[in-house]
Parts: sequence; structure tokens; C-alpha cells
Amino acid sequence: MKSEISAEILPGDSVSVSTRRAFLRRAAIATALVAPTAFSGCHVLGAAGRNKLDFGDDFGILNLALVLETTEVRFYERVISSPPRGLLPGEFEILRDIKANERQHLRFFKRALGPLRVKVPDSDFSSIDFTSRQSVLEAARNFEDNGVATLNGAGRRVKLPEFLTIAGKLVSVEGRHTASLRDMLNPGSRDFAGDDVVDENGLDRAITPAESLARVSKFLVNPPRIVGL
Amino acid sequence: MISKGLLEADPELEATLLSRREAIRQGARTSSTVAAGIAMASVPVALAAVAKDVFAQGGLPGVIVDVLNFALTLEYLEAEFYTTGMNTPGLIRPAWRAQFDQIRKHEVAHVRFLQAALGPRAVPKPTFDYTAGNGNRNGPFRDVFTNEQTYTAVAQAFEDTGVRAYKGQAAYLMGNRDILVSALRIHSVEARHAAQIRRLRGQKAWIVGNSPGGLPPNTQPIYDGEDNRFHFILARPASGISMTHSFDEPLTKGQVLDIVAPFIVGAP
Repeated sequence: MKSEISAEILPGDSVSVSTRRAFLRRAAIATALVAPTAFSGCHVLGAAGRNKLDFGDDFGILNLALVLETTEVRFYERVISSPPRGLLPGEFEILRDIKANERQHLRFFKRALGPLRVKVPDSDFSSIDFTSRQSVLEAARNFEDNGVATLNGAGRRVKLPEFLTIAGKLVSVEGRHTASLRDMLNPGSRDFAGDDVVDENGLDRAITPAESLARVSKFLVNPPRIVGL
Repeated sequence: MISKGLLEADPELEATLLSRREAIRQGARTSSTVAAGIAMASVPVALAAVAKDVFAQGGLPGVIVDVLNFALTLEYLEAEFYTTGMNTPGLIRPAWRAQFDQIRKHEVAHVRFLQAALGPRAVPKPTFDYTAGNGNRNGPFRDVFTNEQTYTAVAQAFEDTGVRAYKGQAAYLMGNRDILVSALRIHSVEARHAAQIRRLRGQKAWIVGNSPGGLPPNTQPIYDGEDNRFHFILARPASGISMTHSFDEPLTKGQVLDIVAPFIVGAP
């Protein structure tokens, strides 16, 4: 009501109307987000208190992303604080950029989930040789490929269009990461978009949450249980 | 329902879709049957099954057909660009040919895939002018097939545009999850391509701020808005340049069509 009145007064009529429309849309999203928090306390406790990922709504996939991003950030922080031997010129800067990107992604998921976020398990990187360029780059590539395939697969279940758009904003950056890492591992080859990840239709991989968690579980102490699928 | 809501909120986009559909109908009569015939002959079994399921349900909704035809137009643009480049002796240095061939292979596959999903409703391939001269073959990229530097610059322009174009259409495909996931799977392949082309050109694989990444100023619309720092109602914008290269931004169909119009002969 108030904004309709100001729309009559202000000269930029159409701007005010579209601002109002945008506001109403945001309010609708906020309601959709806050409703589960307000009305289903069990869900909140279930999500935050126990070691499980509940895919009954969009928060399941967001929490899976939170687990993946947290693990990646811990991995890249360790790589940057103590880089492997034999990095080529420019490669440290690339890894540092990727770390920065993953930290932003993690920050987004933390804020979007708020009280609904699960406790991320401790990381176990004992299978990675952090002194070896090859081992570090391969681990990074696997994290990024997994991120791409997870977010692509999430397209099957995300309900809010806003989350779909956000997933799209993230997944192409993960794709840029893995293409770079793959090119660092095998320069000048077809591997940046190799036949191991892109099929004969030119399609990247898409995996289910369970497949995604299975791929990353060796890096997790006490991987969460999946429910609601 | 969601797609409808979004369309209502964007009358400009709706107008674009409608005029596009009209243009498509006019051009479709002659060659779409031929194109569909070719596509169906070479299409992998799994995809043909998906397409058949879709048609069994009474055909694809108009919104989805429009999005797929928009994507198909961009894939036609890329597929012919890389096919021509690979067939031009001396254009691409030997050390880069495998990489460009891999990209060509994917773009050709995307064309076939989308044609198969659309069946007889697929739009025909337009005639392209890769100099961006709108048909006069004398546009700003007039040495595109004789100068490797220009060729790779145009490649970067197409790939970075393609990533943003698919991203902008995803929400319109939510009514058909098979098609949505397929589009997302194309989208991340385009991102891989974009990263590799940018690296070949000595650029970072990700877009920093709204920088055109070494492309000439006339390509700025491809990068406008990439410096966005507001991503979600509950996540306040962060400072620092990494906020911009950690998120790729969508473009609307209208924005993309404006960007590619100089490459399409007879485009409005």
C-alpha cells in the first residue's frame, strides 16, 4: 500500500512498480525459507543436531553443498598454507583464486542455510600427499568434478527457482576450476573437457546426492547419513 | 507455473519469445523436416527415448520449445564456427588443434541433441557472419578465419556468452526435469570450454569483475553485470574482487540475442 502511494508521487513510476514487484517476490522467498524454521522445530533439530542430510526439501541439497564446500575450503587452505613442490609459474595464483572462490561459495551456503545448516564432519585428508603437485592437483580436480556433477544432478530436485539460479552461478565456476586443473595435469590435451566426464552427447556428468556423498566420504570422518530421498 | 510467473514479470522477454517464435515459424517450413530427419538418424538411443517420452506426454510446452530453439541457435553458431576453424588450414596452431577439435565435437553433439529433443519443431540453422558484420562479411572481426588471435577472441566471446545464456534460461525449464538437467549438463561443458579458451589467450579462466578479459570494448555487453555482488536475499554482498569471480551471472534471452545479432544474417 505504502509503495503504491509513493509510486504515484515519484516521477520514476515504472521503477517504483518494478521495485515493489521485486520486493514482493523477495518477501515470498523469505516466507518460504523461514516457514520451515518457524513451524517445524523437529526439522531444525534434526538437521542441526544429528549427523544426517534430509532431502525432504531444498535444504538437503544445500546442506550437501555445504559439506562439499567446507571440505574443499579446508583442502585448499592447507594447500595454500603449505604448497606442494614443483608448482609451475602461475599455478599457485590459480589455486589461491580457487580457494577464494570456494570460500565465497561456502559463505553463501552458510548464510542461506542459517539455523538449518548441519554440522560438517571433520576432514580426513590422509589419502592426499600434500607435498606432491600431482596428488594435490588430482584431488582438487576430483573435488571440482564432483561439485559440477552434484550441482548438475541437483537440477532434478531443487524446488525454488532462486536456488536453481544460484546453483547455476556456482556450477559454471566449478567447471572453470576443473577445466583449469585438468589442463594443469595434462597441458594441451583434450582433458579440460575430456571424454571421461563429457559423454557422446556433449553432456557433463550429473549425479545423485548419494553418489556425490559416496565420492567425498573418504575425506569425511563419520560421513552423514542420507534420509528423505 | 513458476515459468509463467517469471514470464509475466518480464514482458520484454515475453515479447522477444513471441517475435522469435514468429520468425522461427516463417523460416521453419523449408528445412526443419530435413534437419529433423538428419538429427533423428544420428541420435543416440537414450536421447531418442527421452524425446519420445516427451512427445508421448502431448509434446513439449511452448516455453520449453522456445528455450531449446534459442539454445539450438547458439549451438548452431558455435558448431559451424569451430567446424570452419578446424577446416581452415593454418588458422589454428598445431598445439591447439586437439583442444579446438574437442570443443567442436561437443558443439556438434549439442546441435544434434537439441534437434532430437525438439523433433520437427527445431528451428533451421541461420546463415552466420562471423565477422559480426550482420551479413556484409566486413564486420569488426573481418580477419576471424585468417588471424588466430581474432579467432580465439571470438571463441571466448561465444563461450562466455553461452555460459550466461544457458544460466539465464534454466528456471524456464523446471517444468521438465529431464530437459533441465540436460541443459545444465551442456551449461557446465560450455564453462569448461570458456575456461580453456581463456587460458589459451593468457586470461584467467574465471571472469574478474566485469572485465572483458582481453576482448575489444565492443564485447563489453558479454561481461556487463558479471561484477554483481548480490546473490541472494539472505546473503549480504561481500567486499573483495573474489566475490565477482566466484559467481557467474545469467543473461536474459533478449541480452543474448542483442549480443549475437551481428553474427546472424538477417537478425532483427
